[in-house]
Amino acid sequence: MIEIKNVSKTFLSEGKILEAVKDVSLHIKPKEVFGIIGFSGAGKSTLVRCINLLERPSHGSIIVDGQDITSLSPKELHKARKNIGMIFQHFNLMKSRNVFQNIAYPLKGRGQNKNEIKEKVNALLKLVELEDKAKAYPSQLSGGQKQRVAIARALATDPKVLLCDEATSALDPQTTLSILKLLKQVNKQLGITIVIITHEMAVIKEVCNRVAVMENGKIAEEGEVFQVFSSPRQEVTKGFIDTTSVLHKIYDLIETSSPVVQLKPGEKILKLKYLEKKASEALISIISRDFNIDCNIIFGSIEIIGDAPLGGLVIIVSGKSGDIEDAINYLESKNVEVEVLDID
Amino acid sequence: MIEWINEILPNVVNKVPELIKSLNQTLYLLGISGSISFVFGSILGIILTVTKKGNIYENKFIYIILDKIINIFRSIPFIILLASLIPLTRAIVGTAIGTKGAILPLIFGTVPFFSRQIESALAELDSGLIEAAQAMGTSSMGIIFRVYLKESIPGIVRATTITFVSLIGLTAMAGAIGGGGLGDFAIRYGHQRNQIDVTYVTVIILLIIVMIVQSLGNIIIKKTTH
Ligand SMILES: Nc1ncnc2c1ncn2[C@@H]1O[C@H](COP(=O)(O)OP(=O)(O)OP(=O)(O)O)[C@@H](O)[C@H]1O
Ligand SMILES: [Mg+2]
Repeated sequence: MIEIKNVSKTFLSEGKILEAVKDVSLHIKPKEVFGIIGFSGAGKSTLVRCINLLERPSHGSIIVDGQDITSLSPKELHKARKNIGMIFQHFNLMKSRNVFQNIAYPLKGRGQNKNEIKEKVNALLKLVELEDKAKAYPSQLSGGQKQRVAIARALATDPKVLLCDEATSALDPQTTLSILKLLKQVNKQLGITIVIITHEMAVIKEVCNRVAVMENGKIAEEGEVFQVFSSPRQEVTKGFIDTTSVLHKIYDLIETSSPVVQLKPGEKILKLKYLEKKASEALISIISRDFNIDCNIIFGSIEIIGDAPLGGLVIIVSGKSGDIEDAINYLESKNVEVEVLDID
Repeated sequence: MIEWINEILPNVVNKVPELIKSLNQTLYLLGISGSISFVFGSILGIILTVTKKGNIYENKFIYIILDKIINIFRSIPFIILLASLIPLTRAIVGTAIGTKGAILPLIFGTVPFFSRQIESALAELDSGLIEAAQAMGTSSMGIIFRVYLKESIPGIVRATTITFVSLIGLTAMAGAIGGGGLGDFAIRYGHQRNQIDVTYVTVIILLIIVMIVQSLGNIIIKKTTH
């Protein structure tokens, strides 16, 4: 649906050359929800703004729905943009227009009569569950409601693609979830391809099928969300995982000799990480029963990504050292990464 | 009652027809030069805005030229502008005196001020709105009318009110060189013949006009701010 081919974007500001996007190529498939995650300044916004040419790439081409948009005339570009909706972090609603007029804004000048426009807007209001707010002005809405209006407005021209630049970054966690749910629904119900830019792991985990991790203007890695986050290959990605997982806290606990990690003779601390889409097997029960060891779960962090659990556990095991050895081998055979933590 | 009026306004009572004529001249000057200034000032204010760096019709050349011209005209005191425009006025209007002759200087005195006011009113627009409009496929002309102008109505009204009040002042000043109107009236009688009540009545009438304009402006601003 979206083909980004060797796109670079260079800014020239105050005599300095800044390469915000460096030779990025991405293929975003029809009807998928594609996430781009990266820390501030990574070039995510610049890249996504290249997709609808709010920012013209310095090099490379961008093909949306079979059309190379970098080669269009201004008029053709205006038309092509109606096929690419966009929502923003700060909503960007028109203050002088009420909710209905905001949603109707992109419909003007397309040969639709008043009744058709009214019907369309009402259908959109229903979709975003704001039927009772049609006459309200943006200043009378909450952040979440504003973003719903923005989504309705972006969908008014029946686009095939929806770009979301930090669309939930100004919202509280609960409202974020409700907006993400709406985006998921829009994706499933209308079959719209969605590109989501964020710096929050939680957003990617919640809605995306595939993800690209961006750093310094480049794509560090990309792939299926579960794949990328269960076995990250790059430091940036690991950094993002650490922002949501508590597993790494074990290292702090060991460093500060916390009472939690004081071991008796014969005990070992293990950090387990699921690398495959199955935490459903009763692994802990199996090792304690079959290998005759005791397992004490200190803490864990397991989340559902897509349909599969991702995460791990930190456990203290006690038993004969040969049995512990066997248990570890067994876990590894089940594709669980096991790390035996040293305590000194 | 009539006696009382005769007593406190001895000079005004016998000049009522002339006062009304002066008022009409002032309203005429305000109407004509005000509306022409509104149109030209708005256009220049929009051009200043959209040719600025990073904007939809970015054009360094046009922006700098316009910016300089406006600054020059704004720094010329109106009374000097009045005198120096006489030849131009004569060429365009046919006469440099009387009410008609005052229109061109009033426009020259108002447009630079007003275009700056418009520029700053439009500058208040959140650039995110322009981006959103562009992302929705709005053309650059569409952005001027549907975003800049539509979204800045309260600011534009405020600019118009401020400019109109200053135009009232200029109109009175133009009276000094025979432009007619209330200023002329006040100078001829109130000042030159020391008929102080004439001055006061003129001031009160001017104040009333200012107040009407300001209240009208405030009502529109209130109605269009959401
Ligand atoms: N118009 C511009 N002119 C000059 N430099 C720019 C411009 N836009 C972005 N940049 C620079 O490009 C780099 C990437 O910016 P970008 O906004 O794409 O980052 P981002 O990943 O979206 O960050 P954030 O999470 O903070 O939004 C930054 O260093 C930024 O300063
Ligand atoms: Mg950004």
